[in-house]
Amino acid sequence: MPLALDVAGLRKVYGPVTALRGVDLQVQEGELVGLLGPNGAGKSTLVKAACGLVRPTEGRVEVAGAPAGSLAASRALGYLAELFRFPDWCSAEEVLVFHQRLAGSDGGAAERAALLADVGLADAATRAVGAMSKGMQQRLGLAQALIGSPKLLLLDEPTSALDPAGRRLVRALLERLRERGVAVLLNSHLLTEVEQVCDRVTIIAGGAVVAAGRPADLSKPGGVEIETGEGVRRYDTAGRDEVPRIVADLVARGEAIYGVTVLRSTLEDAYLEAVAGASTGDGASAATAPPERAPAP
Amino acid sequence: MSPVRVIAAFALRESLRRRVFVVVAVLTVAFLVLYGLGVWQVYQEVGDFDVDETGVEAEVVAGATLLGLAMFGTLFLGTILAVFLTLGAVRGDAERGLLQPVLVRPVERRTLLLARFLGAAAVCAAYVIVVFVAAAVLTWAAGGWWPDRIVMPALGLAAAVALLAAIALTGSVFLSSTANGIAVFMIFGAGLVAGLLGQIGEALGSDTLDTVADVSSWALPFEALYQDALAGLTADTRGFTRLAISLGPFGGAQAAGFLLWPFALAYLAAVGFVASRAFARRDL
Repeated sequence: MPLALDVAGLRKVYGPVTALRGVDLQVQEGELVGLLGPNGAGKSTLVKAACGLVRPTEGRVEVAGAPAGSLAASRALGYLAELFRFPDWCSAEEVLVFHQRLAGSDGGAAERAALLADVGLADAATRAVGAMSKGMQQRLGLAQALIGSPKLLLLDEPTSALDPAGRRLVRALLERLRERGVAVLLNSHLLTEVEQVCDRVTIIAGGAVVAAGRPADLSKPGGVEIETGEGVRRYDTAGRDEVPRIVADLVARGEAIYGVTVLRSTLEDAYLEAVAGASTGDGASAATAPPERAPAP
Repeated sequence: MSPVRVIAAFALRESLRRRVFVVVAVLTVAFLVLYGLGVWQVYQEVGDFDVDETGVEAEVVAGATLLGLAMFGTLFLGTILAVFLTLGAVRGDAERGLLQPVLVRPVERRTLLLARFLGAAAVCAAYVIVVFVAAAVLTWAAGGWWPDRIVMPALGLAAAVALLAAIALTGSVFLSSTANGIAVFMIFGAGLVAGLLGQIGEALGSDTLDTVADVSSWALPFEALYQDALAGLTADTRGFTRLAISLGPFGGAQAAGFLLWPFALAYLAAVGFVASRAFARRDL
């Protein structure tokens, strides 16, 4: 079975600017991959290349086994752009009908109703786009991207205009899509969101992949914190395996133990480290700020 | 439903919902009312002229001149419609984020261009035909004069605005909406000026001006189509009446010959090819 998204050696040059320098990225069916990176890193260019909106200078981009931009690839994907608009004179229903026709979807009214319900717009089917808030338009954009049950969903900052409730709704929707086998490439600046929902993360800086892996693998041990009767004791170099020994020593010394927390660096720490390393030309050693501590999951 | 029909129908519905057609209809009625009033007043004056003394049929001269004026006005209004329906179709819509959700659908880029062209051309062609025929009917009602040709001039006008829609659509691939609108209207103006120079050259017997007009007509065939349509109004008129018409502002137009229509079609195909190629290579 072909990969939902297969990017190999992708290079993109805009005049004097090299936006992507040989990026490799694969997304499997049912996999949710987060795409992270600072502004100007090349994330949107990568997503647009996958959509066929941008032509690669070099390299290969395939969607469900078909070259990006081909009709076969377009039939397999759904896309929500970072900056998009629907005609403000259209109702939500009309937007979806238009895209159903373009996508060749035969889902009809049932598909439209289900999609609007999925994004929490069931009561806004007849509302004009021009009368919708930014958040509602973004949710409509998400519904539009899901028309025709795509195999691959490319989301470029899908929650940037959403309130916390809207973000939670989108996270739940992404979980359901993963269960249905839909592959998702999620480009977002919201690291906690990516950490919560993504199976894997790819960090891009300066047009190149500087780190990739599962969120848990990208984070590093950050020590152990033990709450005792004397206060909180920190063991910065200790790991999870050393907790029983440390606790036994403390108990042997007569200290009361109230809680133990194994610390790991956050995805944000890993991100900052990777990005800083790229900007200094040092793979992953330099960090601009000391890592914040967070409880391990 | 084919993507061409889906996109063209969507564009037409947008024009309807944005009340473009209502505004155009109201202003066109105002234009025709004004024109009808002018024609009626002119024929009131012309009725006093004595044909036998001058050998010139005054009602023919008046009718041909007035309908020529109406034809110019119709071309201008049709051009405005064509340009505003297409000037932001590619870069303008891409900059506003309207185009990307459409282009990621299984729709060829050239299909989008074709749909936008067909939608705009159909509207503009129908518009200029209706307005031109209405003006001809008003002229006949007020003065009893009917042009020597009506069908080919109407089709010529329709083809001229369709060509201008194609030029504006092609411009939208390369230019922002504002720059494209300015460019197309300047091309339109340049074409008309070249045509007028040709008419003056014809009256003065200037080969240089004739050459300028000929070259312009090949480069901008919408102008040649307009001139050909204008010439068709008095194609069978002869004698002193013909001479009097030729001295007027719309009387020196020359019929372009049988090559005009094939050339216009080839020109349209070439413009479409350039637009399609450029759009296919454009990053959005």
